[in-house]
Amino acid sequence: MNQPQRFRWAEFTIEALIRVLGFSTIGFVLLIFLFLLREGLPTFFEVPLGNLFGTRWYPTFDLFGTLPLILGSALVTLTAIVIALPLGVATAVFVREVAPGWARELLKPMIEVLAGIPSVVLGFFGMTVIAPLVRQTLGAPTGLTAFTGALILAYMSLPTLISVAEDALDAVPKSYRDAGLAMGATQWQTIWRVVVPAARSGIVTAVMLGLGRAIGETMAVMMVTGNAARLPLTLDSLFRPVRTMTATIAAEMGEVAQGSVHYHALFAIGIILFLMTFLINLAAALTIFQKRRRGGLR
Amino acid sequence: MDEPKIRIENVSYFYDGKPALRQVTLDVPAHAITVIFGPAGGGKTTLLRLINRLNDLVEGTRMSGRVLLDGEDIYAPGTDVAALRRRVGMVFALPLPLPGTVRENVLYGPRLAGVRGRTQLEEILVRSLTQAALWEEVKDRLDDPANALSGGQQQRLCIARSLALEPEVLLLDEPTSGLDPISTGKVEESLFQLKQRYTIVIVPHSVQQAARVADYAAFFLRGELIEQRVGREMFTAPRDRRAEDYITGRFG
Repeated sequence: MNQPQRFRWAEFTIEALIRVLGFSTIGFVLLIFLFLLREGLPTFFEVPLGNLFGTRWYPTFDLFGTLPLILGSALVTLTAIVIALPLGVATAVFVREVAPGWARELLKPMIEVLAGIPSVVLGFFGMTVIAPLVRQTLGAPTGLTAFTGALILAYMSLPTLISVAEDALDAVPKSYRDAGLAMGATQWQTIWRVVVPAARSGIVTAVMLGLGRAIGETMAVMMVTGNAARLPLTLDSLFRPVRTMTATIAAEMGEVAQGSVHYHALFAIGIILFLMTFLINLAAALTIFQKRRRGGLR
Repeated sequence: MDEPKIRIENVSYFYDGKPALRQVTLDVPAHAITVIFGPAGGGKTTLLRLINRLNDLVEGTRMSGRVLLDGEDIYAPGTDVAALRRRVGMVFALPLPLPGTVRENVLYGPRLAGVRGRTQLEEILVRSLTQAALWEEVKDRLDDPANALSGGQQQRLCIARSLALEPEVLLLDEPTSGLDPISTGKVEESLFQLKQRYTIVIVPHSVQQAARVADYAAFFLRGELIEQRVGREMFTAPRDRRAEDYITGRFG
């Protein structure tokens, strides 16, 4: 007799639990953000804005110009994506659409293994293999450059990009392929003009996830970019050392006095980084939303 | 009878060793509607997909026999498959607008085929939509997203998309299965218009529809062609018991 009542309790408990867990995720993000703000905001009062967004980062001389770091991060990340995007999408298309069944079964786990390589290992690989290669072939004074970092980052974001893009292609119904083929398109035309556009929002997500991984990556970048906080504005900047925001925080946080201006400034960099990733995600969400309204899929 | 548009000669087809078609021989006359009907799993869709080689990419299949289009074997080595599919259009069971606007959908095929001229494309657009009995309804909405149309309009859009390539043959696989009776009526209406210019092969979604549209009819059961007649005769006086049972609704 009591059964329906008991069932409702179980239902209630589970629902409440899910709700608490769901909201706590949001809560944690908020708390992290609040902590960031608490530690970082004082910078904006302690350091004049002109200094903070100046072109020189020399904390020992009270120069906290974050511009070289922001641009350094942007340069390395964007170059990485420019390299990774065509490679990743092409690989996903190959694995999903072209490769025969046995090759697909072989390639998929291998790509996933790539994602598991620790970034220190990649950084080491970059330092000992890629950097000399860059120095010799491109004639740069040092192999530790933005380009080297971008190569390593591209490599790191590829597994994510490929897996997510491949899932997106997989989600395109078989009937789309049939429809494309039935209109006299070749297999390639069908892939590029029907299947890939239909999976576009998924591919955008893949790029964003790759971008997210790239911009936040610290260890490998710190090891191969040379870490000179110089403003990457000249044409050859790509082949000169740069320093990213993440590398700056990681390298200096250990030696800074807690509560000092420098300490606050590092957190301010964290805030800026956070805002940048937030804007990237927002832009991605907006693109997808717009596509959907304009008659794209999903 | 004149030379048939399509001749299917002794075709057998297997998915992973399981037979889907057994020794089917069938002539499809030009400028008429040929109906392929019968219970589910009879190989009807497979047969349609063989006529424009859509099953080429399906793995684990085996085929024997010949399919002739205007007397030429479309499975002969060296056949341009993309060109074949432009001659033999296909409309699927589910209305499937591609991402993009109404206009983009219709002009998709011609653009792929390399048609570039603006006026020429505009002509194709109007002609295809008119032939599919859709022009009046969408002429002011050409730049709306295709998936904003109703289900019936989407299906006629898919027909228009196929017609844009000026195919010689139009294959329709249960084109009205997802549609309400009024939309169904409109699609059938456009078929009657179209058969003057095109050869139509249709897998209907009901016996009633088969009877309404058939000039010629072929009854399939478990991969075998059981009976093949002029439409009127098939649905009033079938010779085979199994066809009669199916038509009168005793099984299937």
